[in-house]
Amino acid sequence: MSTPLIVSASPHATSGATTPKIMWSVVLALAPATAYAIWLFGYPALSVIAATVFCCVFFEALCGLAMRRSPTITDGSAALTGLILALSLPPGLPLWICAVGAFVAIVISKAIFGGLGQNPFNPAMAGRVFLLIAFPADLTRWLVPQQHAGDTLFGEPVTALDAQGRITEYGLTNVDAITAATPIGLLREKGANIVADLPGNIEFLLGHINGSAGETSAFLLLAGGIFLLIRRVIAWHIPVAYLGTVALFAAITHLVDPSAYAGPAFHLLSGGVMMGAWFIATDYVTSPMFPKGRILFGVGAGILTMVIRLWGGYPEGVSFAVLLMNACVPFFNAWTRPKPFGATTATSGGPQP
Amino acid sequence: MSILTFRGGIHPRYNKERTAALATKPLAAPDELVLPLSQHIGAPAVATVSVGDTVLRGQTIAQPGGFVSAAIHAPVSGTVSAIEPRPTGNGTLGDAIVLANDHQDTETSYSGLGEDWAQADAATLRDMVARAGIVGLGGAAFPSHVKLAPPPDRTIDTVIINGAECEPWLTADHRLMLESATAVVSGLRIIQHILGAPNGVIGIEANKPDALRAISQAATGTPIRVVSLAVKYPQGGEKQLISACLKRRVPQGKLPMDVGVVVHNTGTAAAIHRAVVDGRPLLERIVTVTGTAVSQPANYWVRLGTPVAHVLQHCQTELTPAGKLILGGPMMGIAQKHADIPVVKSTSGILVLQPKDATTRPASPCIRCGRCVDACPMFLVPQELGAFARLRMIPEARAAAALDCMECGSCAHACPAHIPLVQLIRLAKADIHAAARKKM
Repeated sequence: MSTPLIVSASPHATSGATTPKIMWSVVLALAPATAYAIWLFGYPALSVIAATVFCCVFFEALCGLAMRRSPTITDGSAALTGLILALSLPPGLPLWICAVGAFVAIVISKAIFGGLGQNPFNPAMAGRVFLLIAFPADLTRWLVPQQHAGDTLFGEPVTALDAQGRITEYGLTNVDAITAATPIGLLREKGANIVADLPGNIEFLLGHINGSAGETSAFLLLAGGIFLLIRRVIAWHIPVAYLGTVALFAAITHLVDPSAYAGPAFHLLSGGVMMGAWFIATDYVTSPMFPKGRILFGVGAGILTMVIRLWGGYPEGVSFAVLLMNACVPFFNAWTRPKPFGATTATSGGPQP
Repeated sequence: MSILTFRGGIHPRYNKERTAALATKPLAAPDELVLPLSQHIGAPAVATVSVGDTVLRGQTIAQPGGFVSAAIHAPVSGTVSAIEPRPTGNGTLGDAIVLANDHQDTETSYSGLGEDWAQADAATLRDMVARAGIVGLGGAAFPSHVKLAPPPDRTIDTVIINGAECEPWLTADHRLMLESATAVVSGLRIIQHILGAPNGVIGIEANKPDALRAISQAATGTPIRVVSLAVKYPQGGEKQLISACLKRRVPQGKLPMDVGVVVHNTGTAAAIHRAVVDGRPLLERIVTVTGTAVSQPANYWVRLGTPVAHVLQHCQTELTPAGKLILGGPMMGIAQKHADIPVVKSTSGILVLQPKDATTRPASPCIRCGRCVDACPMFLVPQELGAFARLRMIPEARAAAALDCMECGSCAHACPAHIPLVQLIRLAKADIHAAARKKM
């Protein structure tokens, strides 16, 4: 008898989309911004990215072995988590701290919840926030792009942080790197007086600023996000709702008091907003399943980001905002369930298994 | 002409270009034909011939076994060689009448009403449809005369003819609309007459402009509306088609007739025309034979009961190295273990895929991307239904409207994790029905 025919349930065709293809296309979308950060900051950025990605993949493989699961490192999710985490960290961060971040991201916030698809919180953001709280000084020591070393930056002298995290004038203390407050940090500290002196929007777009590796070029991040949108890897709901809310919030506060609050362009282009809108808040696993829920999620994350930026204890609020909204996802999913075709009421979902 | 559509659905690769331009050829009848008594939804037909009987082409060989059932006729002349269980396309053994073909095609006489059918009353016409053994030829195989006899409290105002043919690869309806446009239009008018429905609509996907032209031309001078539909799967789903054509939504758990609509397939309409005008029963149908393993794809007029193996021989198709043999289209068709099964009334296509197109990928964890939700034309949450099914959470699956699923396959097609969502939801539906029976 010849080989038997393959028998399986319908459908017998697939769209061709696979989990690895999705994950690697997000990595691809981040590649320009990553390459740019490496060009801008040099080895300190490269080492952080390489170490974080490697550690994430390593911990993923280790967890797979420990849980006796088939290997999952080729699906690209661990590498993507590593890349996003790395891009949210300051270049030059000690590599052992990167490893701790990778451990928190992959082991604590993903594997112990059951691995891919089961984690309630964005692993990269959980890793970053853990590091921010555990190592505040290291996480706020921002390297000046090597192209700007020695400059006075944005009307401010290039400054250095001492071991206590205090900003000191450049050259006054023993420093192990040339660092400066990020534009958003400056805004935070100097408030009203600095708004007029902030770098122009074109600087932000091109990324000639200091900050975490992934915060540097809004333009390349936007391009990557639009690539994902066109490839239908992500839907428009979260980025549009998130960026729209940030812009609206900034516009209103700016109108109320232009001397104290920067305008929408500054808030959209600075810090982690672009990165967050296209690559972090859109994480499938930790964002709502339904379009209406995604819009609520984006709006909520936008409001939280701005509240933290303007009135919170940290200069940047993207990672906190995303994590807080991650916690609300089950509610959004429950509230925005689609009504079945021809039904008068929405279905009850029951506990999500 | 504006293009009408529905919400949800997917854009699979259509692959229709291989057979769309190929005129339908009659396929030589085989030496032996196998006619299962159950080729339709409802009670099996009851054989009216015995082993050894001589039959004429067109002669009734089985009568309906109830109201929801359909007659079966001899597609060739010859003798009844056996009445015994034979394998069928749905994977079971079913009683079948086996005919030895004498290759004479000696026909019985037919008496149709000609073009004067409008003089006849609804009951007469309905009876002619029932006697012709016509069932839904789009694949559902629901006896057509039942859909022509709605309860008296339902008023049908619109009849829609489904010419969407949204299943990839298949071109049987496309060819029929080109080659028998007047029969399709006439069939619709007969159906309208039987149901007293003033409005007639023929919906055709926009990827068949020639069919749109042919049908529009055939419908000139009638009040029939020919509409262009978006190229999207499952455009031909009954509820999706009604939603696209009329903007009416069939309520959950209800039938099209509850919104005043009856939907028939193009092939069904043409068969009704032939039954009423010519008095001819359903003896053959158009079958698209195609797929990556078919070297000579074709559209054939195939006699019902023709073994699939016989059809494949004519298309120079080898089943080795073994890939996949599917009766119907790739979205809802049924994969077969072997080719010793007959073409029946609902067989719109025979699809043979090469091994590389037929491999099933192992499922990986759900990443909650929501593609299945976006794809579901019934607005369900397939990801969740699949999880409920896997964990046998029967009340939860029922509450999440598992029974609304029509198993169109859009979710599983879209799923990047290759989770067999349709299979899981079928399991949930079976569980729900089993639990309901236990309670009764």
